[in-house]
Amino acid sequence: MQATDIKQPDYFHKVVDCQWACPAHTPVPEYIRLIAAGRYADAYMVNWKSNVFPGILGRTCDRPCEPACRRGRVEAEPVAICRLKRVAADFKGDVGGLMPAPNAPKNGKKVALIGAGPASLTVVRDLVPLGYHCVVYDSDPKAGGMIRSQIPRFRLPEEVIDEEVGYITDLGNVELKLGNRVDSLKALLAEDYDAIFVGSGAPRGRDLEIPGRQEAAKNIHIGIDWLSNVSFGHIDKIGRRVIVLGGGNTAMDCCRSSKRLGGEEVTVVVRSGFEEMKASPWEKEDAQHEGIPIKNFLVPKAFIHDNGKLKGMSFEKVAAKKDEKGRRELVPTGEPEVIIECDDVLVAIGQENAFPWIERDIGMEFDRWGMPKVDPKTMQSTIPKVFFGGDAAFGPKNIIWAVAHGHDAAISIDKMLNGEDLSVRPPPGVTVASQKMGIHEWSYDNDISAALRNKVPWRDLGTTLKDIKVEVELGFDAKLGYAETQRCLNCDVQTVFARNLCIECDACVDICPVDCITFTANGEEDELRGRLTQPAMNKTQDLYISDVLKTGRIMAKDEDVCLHCGLCAERCPTGAWDMQKFLIEMTHAGAACRSR
Amino acid sequence: MSYLPKPKFRHPGLPKNKLGYTRRDYEGTVSTLCAGCGHDSISAAIIQACYELDLEPHRLAKLSGIGCSSKTPTYFLGQSHGFNSVHGRMPSVLTGANLANRDLIYLGVSGDGDSASIGLGQFAHAIRRGVDMVYVVENNGVYGLTKGQFSATADAGSKSKWGADNNDSPIDMVALALQLGATYVARSFSGDKQQLVPLIKGALGHRGAAFIDCISPCVAFNNHPGSTKSFDYVREHNEAVNALDYMPVRSEITADYPEGAHEQVTQHDGSVLNLYKLAADYDVHDRIAAMTYLQKKNAEGEIATGLLYLDPSPKDLHAHLQTVEAPLNHLTDADLIPGAAALEKFNAARR
Repeated sequence: MQATDIKQPDYFHKVVDCQWACPAHTPVPEYIRLIAAGRYADAYMVNWKSNVFPGILGRTCDRPCEPACRRGRVEAEPVAICRLKRVAADFKGDVGGLMPAPNAPKNGKKVALIGAGPASLTVVRDLVPLGYHCVVYDSDPKAGGMIRSQIPRFRLPEEVIDEEVGYITDLGNVELKLGNRVDSLKALLAEDYDAIFVGSGAPRGRDLEIPGRQEAAKNIHIGIDWLSNVSFGHIDKIGRRVIVLGGGNTAMDCCRSSKRLGGEEVTVVVRSGFEEMKASPWEKEDAQHEGIPIKNFLVPKAFIHDNGKLKGMSFEKVAAKKDEKGRRELVPTGEPEVIIECDDVLVAIGQENAFPWIERDIGMEFDRWGMPKVDPKTMQSTIPKVFFGGDAAFGPKNIIWAVAHGHDAAISIDKMLNGEDLSVRPPPGVTVASQKMGIHEWSYDNDISAALRNKVPWRDLGTTLKDIKVEVELGFDAKLGYAETQRCLNCDVQTVFARNLCIECDACVDICPVDCITFTANGEEDELRGRLTQPAMNKTQDLYISDVLKTGRIMAKDEDVCLHCGLCAERCPTGAWDMQKFLIEMTHAGAACRSR
Repeated sequence: MSYLPKPKFRHPGLPKNKLGYTRRDYEGTVSTLCAGCGHDSISAAIIQACYELDLEPHRLAKLSGIGCSSKTPTYFLGQSHGFNSVHGRMPSVLTGANLANRDLIYLGVSGDGDSASIGLGQFAHAIRRGVDMVYVVENNGVYGLTKGQFSATADAGSKSKWGADNNDSPIDMVALALQLGATYVARSFSGDKQQLVPLIKGALGHRGAAFIDCISPCVAFNNHPGSTKSFDYVREHNEAVNALDYMPVRSEITADYPEGAHEQVTQHDGSVLNLYKLAADYDVHDRIAAMTYLQKKNAEGEIATGLLYLDPSPKDLHAHLQTVEAPLNHLTDADLIPGAAALEKFNAARR
């Protein structure tokens, strides 16, 4: 194998699994250490810079970081990264003084943003401090987009939304045109905007066209529309018996909201099996905790009604089978159909993009699914000054992806309006610092806790089910939060190997608690992986390979389950191993992202 | 040393032996020796050997004297018996323990100061009596605990870290062991676990006096140019006479070696040593030829390593003394006080 080039930022970035998995590449271990040090405001700002909505995401993020967390491979469960983010937000105090100064001197450029959701707000956050004038359009009366309209209050209190949306709108040079739906991109293009960002989300809930749908329409609701109406106070009750169709996070929000608005018998019905449901495991767990049954392998057949009065639904029982090609398919079992009585049905079976307001004769290209052609790196459409982001770009994803898109689009807009090539993307900023303080002392805490993952306390059901605005999760208190920080392995503190200093004494091999290190003859990757001290069977994790050593061997380190405990460096007599913090921060729009 | 205990986390794929133990279950507390000490590698080799042998930790007793080397039993086999004795007196304590209970496996760990200076007499007598033990000398050629004075095994002409020449003749522990009648004699290097681990396994299966001289560079005081016990010097001058493959019981040989280069020796406990000759004409069973060969290599400035001498059917101290089979603490009053009739019979035989 070739020796590893650790000067490539991606090599060590990949070792920080959480950060690498995060679409916005938030430096997770860095903020976890700040929380451990009680520096909540600083931890918050590390987050704010990277993901813009720490308090919101600390409650609602899809947490791609957690399944990636190395701790999950070393022990049973990952660090509760998401809920630690909330700890930073809950205890930060006043961070007003740490925010960018409002009313930056204008640069004369004007950007229109369609939709006031997380993607657009990220673009605004990145561009306004640079002097851009941003105009945000949204049909809703308040800014926040789906964060405000689709996430129920018992998961995300309104104050948190107001606060974090406020940090952006307070920057000045932001013109909010709320309650103002954009009906024509052509008309907007005719105005004097230098760039237009489309962050309009995936606003159309998929409908279910089966018998009885039209007749019983009065008691059949599209999930996201219904949630939005609940959010804005237009709906405050539902029937006693409710069926929620769908297995995603929206379905979980619908059933839990129903339970709080008068639904006594709320049932979730899903076509697929429990494991295959799209909802995050913890959201399913939350719903079940509230006594909501989830019924699987039932395909809706018809809405049963009596002269338009909804009575219930009929379902066909199916089972998962594999066809000849090994693909999973749902096959009817032939059992009698299942009838579930109900007063209301919420349809939460998916969301779609809708662009009726984009004229097809203005030069924008669409693909065969009706989605605009968008460059996944630059977020640029086929009209150079129109950019997309969030769910509007590539279909429904989540908040943290919207933020990542927003950053990318902001970079593109800034580069374009400075006459630069958009395809040249800025490299991340990397700060390297040895953590050595003394012979056995490090400036990071390498004594990691062996404790299992801490559970976030819940408010009791008696209280939460009575009021839709009462938040269910209480969040970690400072003590529990600290305990959880101690589970983080500090994967950004990297084991850096200096071949010229190594005397091949084996001390690092002998001390490594997880047998990461081997000195052996070089070979092809697959073969080499098999003959390491502990074979490196997780191929998603890289091997760190040194140049040839004095004895003709190489050092091979499997990054997979390295604890970053620093014992290799402590036992190294010559300092050939050092623990160095690689703080990797994404470059956002501004001078640093430009080539000149 | 480290301030941290070694984290309990282990590789999720870490294999287990027949007893259900992982290699890490054979560890002791974290070493307090200098970073990079060769002795720590020897500890790791002992851990590896015991793990691979599926050894029940309570079946082994580790004994040592004083010195860096003699501290190491704390760092391996944390669940085994241990005795840290007076300087140079480990062989006596081990002999006594062995006489009292021959059911245990005895591992004596010593250094060049402990065994070649203050304990030289003790070493000599334990070997010549054929005590059933593994005697490991962690040989670094210096007194590390007192900041690097030459020890009795330092080669004449080698230089100290401070530039002084050593003018005294060295004691060759392997030559002594051969001359005194050890029945399993090996030399190895802490930096070569591939060689060391099978040698330790073979020695643990040997039912007689097994001696391993293990060169173990002192990173703090004897790893400089001019030293003959540094990593670089030993690597450059290491001449292995053979490679050893240890098998617990007789089994099919699958490795493909040229005709005549391979020898299989069955030890008394049924374990099999597969020896692959690296030096032509070296006969591991010829004690006198081995002594000559080693002296010759020594004169050439080379370090002969590997299994240097083996008597597969040794007699040990218990055989010489015709002692009782059972450990002494298993003997009951009936065994120890046979009564007047037995005494009368005994006395009658003397008349």
